Amino acid sequence: MSFIDITGLKKAFGPVTVVHDFDLGIEKGEFVSFLGPSGCGKTTILRMIAGFEAASAGRIAIDGREVTRLPPAKRDVGMVFQSYALFPNMTVGENIAFGLRIAKKSAAEIRERVAEMLAIIKLPDLADRYPWQLSGGQQQRVALARAIAVRPQVLLLDEPLSALDAKIRVSLREEIRALQRDLGITTIFVTHDQEEALSMSDRIVVMNEGRAAQVGTPFEVYTWPKNRFVASFVGTLNLLDGVVVDEGRLTLDGREVTVGRGLAGRRAGETVTVALRPEAVTLGATATGLPGTVEAVSFLGAVVRVKVRLDTQVVTLDAFNQTTQRPPEPGTAVRLVFGAEDLLVLGEG
Amino acid sequence: MGSETTGAPVERTAAQGGRPSPGRGFSLTWLGVVPFFVFATLFLIAPTGLLVVGAFQTADGSFTLANLAGLLHPSIVAAYVISLEISAASALGGAVIGFFLARAIVSGGLPGWVRPTVTTFSGVASNFAGVPLAFAFLATLGRTGLVTWALMEWFGFNLYATGFKLLSFLGLTLTYLYFQIPLMVLILTPALEGLKKEWGEAASILGASSLQYWRMVALPVLWPSLLGATLLLFANAFGAVATAYALTGSSLNIVTILLYAQIRGDVLHDQNLGYALALGMIVITGGANVGYIWLRGRAERWVK
Amino acid sequence: MKRSTLGSWISVAIGAVYFLLPLIATFEFSLRLKRGVYSFEAYRIVLTDPSFQASFLYSVVLALATIVVGAVIVVPTAYWVRLKLPKMRPVVEFVTLLPLVVPAIVIVFGHLRMYNSQSILPLTDSSFGTDLLLTFGYVTLSLPYMYRSVDTALAAIDVATLTEAAESLGASRTATLTRVIFPNIRAGLLSGAFLTFAIVIGEFTFASLLNRPAFGPYLQLVGANRAYEPAALAIIAFVVTWASLGLIQVFGAARKGSK
Repeated sequence: MSFIDITGLKKAFGPVTVVHDFDLGIEKGEFVSFLGPSGCGKTTILRMIAGFEAASAGRIAIDGREVTRLPPAKRDVGMVFQSYALFPNMTVGENIAFGLRIAKKSAAEIRERVAEMLAIIKLPDLADRYPWQLSGGQQQRVALARAIAVRPQVLLLDEPLSALDAKIRVSLREEIRALQRDLGITTIFVTHDQEEALSMSDRIVVMNEGRAAQVGTPFEVYTWPKNRFVASFVGTLNLLDGVVVDEGRLTLDGREVTVGRGLAGRRAGETVTVALRPEAVTLGATATGLPGTVEAVSFLGAVVRVKVRLDTQVVTLDAFNQTTQRPPEPGTAVRLVFGAEDLLVLGEG
Repeated sequence: MGSETTGAPVERTAAQGGRPSPGRGFSLTWLGVVPFFVFATLFLIAPTGLLVVGAFQTADGSFTLANLAGLLHPSIVAAYVISLEISAASALGGAVIGFFLARAIVSGGLPGWVRPTVTTFSGVASNFAGVPLAFAFLATLGRTGLVTWALMEWFGFNLYATGFKLLSFLGLTLTYLYFQIPLMVLILTPALEGLKKEWGEAASILGASSLQYWRMVALPVLWPSLLGATLLLFANAFGAVATAYALTGSSLNIVTILLYAQIRGDVLHDQNLGYALALGMIVITGGANVGYIWLRGRAERWVK
Repeated sequence: MKRSTLGSWISVAIGAVYFLLPLIATFEFSLRLKRGVYSFEAYRIVLTDPSFQASFLYSVVLALATIVVGAVIVVPTAYWVRLKLPKMRPVVEFVTLLPLVVPAIVIVFGHLRMYNSQSILPLTDSSFGTDLLLTFGYVTLSLPYMYRSVDTALAAIDVATLTEAAESLGASRTATLTRVIFPNIRAGLLSGAFLTFAIVIGEFTFASLLNRPAFGPYLQLVGANRAYEPAALAIIAFVVTWASLGLIQVFGAARKGSK
């Protein structure tokens, strides 16, 4: 049995079911992200694990102990909120000490632990500041310190980076991940930002309409999306319509291409959706490859994004900007080159 | 202001956002608020100021502190004391009951219709003061009032045998509560909404009971708002005239009734002592309001 | 969870009893004029009383005059302050809140001192002058509510941009104010107006001390001399207050709905 064991979890608000029969096992020390658009149920699941929402059905166990009906205080979990939720009447030190005071730890122990936490979040001199005197990034670190000061078994992070500036978001996510590794604390991270999920997680649960659309490592989810939803939500993918020729080939706008896998069991003449990563496509000089015309070029700095029209469909490709090679002009006839393995046939749903 | 059309919209726009330009434009800009300040001076500031000045003058206009000393006359002190008592009691009572009512509608988990109903009713009830309110309480708790009758008929309890009078400290306090409680609900609702749900959740997940959350987080955050609102209620009750007058005539010696009688018929036989009486009221309600503003500033600092 | 809901219900129930009981008692009392039977006799007597009609009408006219004068003073000021003198806002706001600080009885005392028959501007010498003074007095009383309503409404629209847009299309200042700003803050202005109406209609202190035949002093007079009619009047006054403030909700809701 997993460290956190969720089975058949369901949540309905009146007639609206927001989480359907959700199952998931999380190992001790694992960092798992729930990734999905707003309203997909990811936050609701987190809040059921925390105990803020009652499950309509199903079971949640942490470390072999069922917690489904326990109040939040008894679950031994820590939580960080999107809005920081620091107590405004308390200093940074008092905020971090809150859980320890409630647990009736000795004054000496509290002092020691608060100092330790302040060192961990790299804000050793701010113990006497009030939350309103801190920047958003600092507040969120304090919130993190407050959550882990009581050494919970599980850390829940509810979009903790969403309210922050882009730069701080990146640096803080690296810090959170490093801290999580150091402490070895089992962590669930809720986000709608695919980059955050991909860069931080051991595993990602992609959520859609109250169900897990795919569960896997960042590499798996990104490279082999199971269906159209995952493919379009994680990364920018070209989704193209192809017509099956046989188990190894299909046609895109009438041109035949080789497909590595995924066509087994498909009938010839059937239309399927194939995904193609922009970074997997290059502009070839050779006469081989799929012919097309450059339609638009956007220069993004390190990357040049080129839109190439085949016939009716358009393929977007990302090429690294190279000093020796100018980006192509719109209207130029080009050839698209990609490997057979890069064409991914998607399942439906 | 005139009806000049925009020959040069660009120039105009530039002047819009920026500081008023010196010279003609400067004076014209300020002209816009002149009517307001003239009105406020004529009918608010100057009349009040005149009373304040009068409080420091003898009948022939020379400076004196005798009027202020005159306020120490036992009957005047008694009037202030009972006014302060009634105001304080109705403010505290209104604050406590209003707090629980406001909390119930903001975060009490009640059905959706309760809150707008209570808020609308509070809006009406907080404005239902004055003479009609006195009538309502006479019909309720007067000698022939419905509640008085019901207590007697159903419980054999003779309210008036206990020495209860509507024309008293207790009676007036109960009456004032009718507009004080709803006023508290109206003032406090936004402050309670400022308490973020996540604070409660953060506290509970860190192991705090609901009582601990209120003691350690919610009340410390709320207290400036609570205290400030109480001060506002206090000032509100302190300046009230009509309810008391309609209930008691001039028989209850509170300061507004005394001042009313003084304005009507110079019962103190000293015009300038009357001004001092008014000054005393301004100082008290002014003090309460300054306290309110200061506390509101504190409250806003935290809840941003 | 369950327990806290129970506590909330108890709070609301206590509040409801406190507020409904006097109303019920008053209503019951108002029906008792005829011995032994409930009747609306007290209402009939009150409503047909010529001094009721006269004083009520007088107060209605006064309330309307107060609203008009108040709007004329408050709307341009609030607009101008938001547009051109944002630094003046705290000062203006402070002045508008003064009537909550200085008790009404003190303000009217000051008016009597400043505008009595021996003063430079003896407004109290004629009844028209006194009516004028009473109206201005009521405008001061309504300032906090009027200003806040209008200012809140102005805050909800982007005054500067709207003005610039209107002017770039060739509108004059007056046209901007009447045709663009005014319609956009109508709901706020109306709520201020109804609140003012509710305050002015039964106001006692000002009217009584200025000796004007308004509804407030009439109520007090009836209360001092009659038994059941005051209860009927209290119910009528409550209905008027309720109607005024209810209309605010209606207009507030209409505005939200139209958005």
